[in-house]
Amino acid sequence: MSVRPVWEEKPTVVGQAGKSTLLFLVTAAVIIPLWSVIVTSLSSRETIDRAGGMVFIPRGIDFSAYESLFATDRVTQALWVSFIVTIGGTALSITLTVLAAYGLSRPGSMWHRTLLFLFLLTFLFGPGLIPSYLLVTGLGLKDNLLSLILPTAVNAFNLIVLRAFFMNIPGELIDSARIDGAGEWRVLWQIVIPLSKAVIAVVALFYAVGYWNSFFNAILYLSDPADHPIQLVLRSFILQGQAPPGVSLPGTSVPPPTLAIKMAVVAVTVIPALIVYPFVQKHFTKAVLTGAIKG
Amino acid sequence: MLMTAPAAGFLLLFHYVPTLGNFIAFKDYNPFLGDGPIEAMLLSDWVGFGNFQLLFEDPLFWDAVWNTLSITAFQIVFYFPLPIALAILLHSVISSRLRGLIQGVIYLPHFFSWVLVITFFLMMLGGDGLFSHALRDIGLTAPNIMTNPDTFIALVTAEAVWKDAGWGTIIFLAALSAIDPTLYEAAAADGASRWRRLWHITLPGIRPVIVLLLILRLGEALSVGFEQFYLQRDAVGAGAAEVVDTFVYWQGIVTQNYGFGAAAGLFKGVIGLLLIYTANRLAHRFGEQGVWSR
Repeated sequence: MSVRPVWEEKPTVVGQAGKSTLLFLVTAAVIIPLWSVIVTSLSSRETIDRAGGMVFIPRGIDFSAYESLFATDRVTQALWVSFIVTIGGTALSITLTVLAAYGLSRPGSMWHRTLLFLFLLTFLFGPGLIPSYLLVTGLGLKDNLLSLILPTAVNAFNLIVLRAFFMNIPGELIDSARIDGAGEWRVLWQIVIPLSKAVIAVVALFYAVGYWNSFFNAILYLSDPADHPIQLVLRSFILQGQAPPGVSLPGTSVPPPTLAIKMAVVAVTVIPALIVYPFVQKHFTKAVLTGAIKG
Repeated sequence: MLMTAPAAGFLLLFHYVPTLGNFIAFKDYNPFLGDGPIEAMLLSDWVGFGNFQLLFEDPLFWDAVWNTLSITAFQIVFYFPLPIALAILLHSVISSRLRGLIQGVIYLPHFFSWVLVITFFLMMLGGDGLFSHALRDIGLTAPNIMTNPDTFIALVTAEAVWKDAGWGTIIFLAALSAIDPTLYEAAAADGASRWRRLWHITLPGIRPVIVLLLILRLGEALSVGFEQFYLQRDAVGAGAAEVVDTFVYWQGIVTQNYGFGAAAGLFKGVIGLLLIYTANRLAHRFGEQGVWSR
């Protein structure tokens, strides 16, 4: 619908202006904080002093906060941990989920009704924090990065989304491949997956964001600060008032302003998501809806 | 089928095994028994409903329940309608490119962690934030909402709105575009104004989705999230920020009173199931489909 239908009355000027203002405010509420954080992280000491804190209007670009940040271990190490958990976790999750979704999408596969019911039932209740904690510790996963991955490896919602999408693939396509002698694995690999790339990308993004944002499980299971993912480090600098690792760069006598370093930590936590997001965003509606309708 | 087995295994191990593990709520968990927590769970002594009795006598627990229920009620009034309104507003944007652009922006905060969301609020509205400075520059004093326990309920709702109201529009936008456009045309031909069309066509058209989401929210009345409250506990104090989930964490894990914590968690789970069952019955009575049909 990109043309106004003929029967609809012309909007009033006031109504139109009101709507535009509202939509502008809503988008500004998202953009302004992001903008200000990134601008502040790139500001020099003079700019920050002049603004008296957070900077809104940029005056030149200064990378010293980032250089200083990456010159120490704390943040680089945390980013490394987060990258490993995100990449490893997403790979495991997406493999398990695609396989299970395909299995459950083929009518007549063994126990598929029971299994589907078991997956759907997880929407209604969580297992409870204490028993989960005792189980994960009991399995010896404490102080192991796997504790951030294994307990959340399979998400029922994502599984239902993929299954719903797989079920819409015409059966004739799969049957004709079978007649040509393709086994289940080949059907999955050469027909189903290529047809569902967009939805698989969305589900992968959901998983990846979950792992990148790992916080609570890290608090529960990782006691060694060297294992801490980026979210925990961000929290200790911003919300717990720990001093960020500011080192003076070669050739200067004072380290970059603390605020700029802090905002640089915020920025490196946000930026990976900002990079992936635009490529996947346009497929959200499709993915969320197939899942919502079936679930 | 073979392909489903690994995922089902994970589900059994990390969802259904701990669900059964809730029996620990009826035991006096002793971590020193046996070899590791799992054996200790099995070997500990049964105490029947002892943990629950202690729980129900604990005023701190009822404070946490009260905080949680207040926050839920507050959010149903001030948060729940916003994605619906925003979706209707967006749906009326005629240019699909502009609409896509706005959607792209407002979905984004959904993917931020709570640490980030609270950081952004602190950097904008906190004592040293961008807006507090701007207010001070024009001679006003900025109230420090980030540390005030009295306004905490509004703060957490505002944070939730910022994070998820945009994302919440997806499902309503889909419901809106599923409404048959000829209904609008016929109503307009009969002289119905835009507000009457909104009231008599749009809202009834998306009512099943509204009811569905409301049921799910009611079923979750006792969970308002963990991280958001855990993270802001230091800033506003436990009096305002203690909710059932954080209570389970502090009482169960931090003080290692596992049986007691599990009792609180199990209480929450059982009440949640009851709530969702009741809400669904109500929906059926009013002729809606609800979460599951009968």
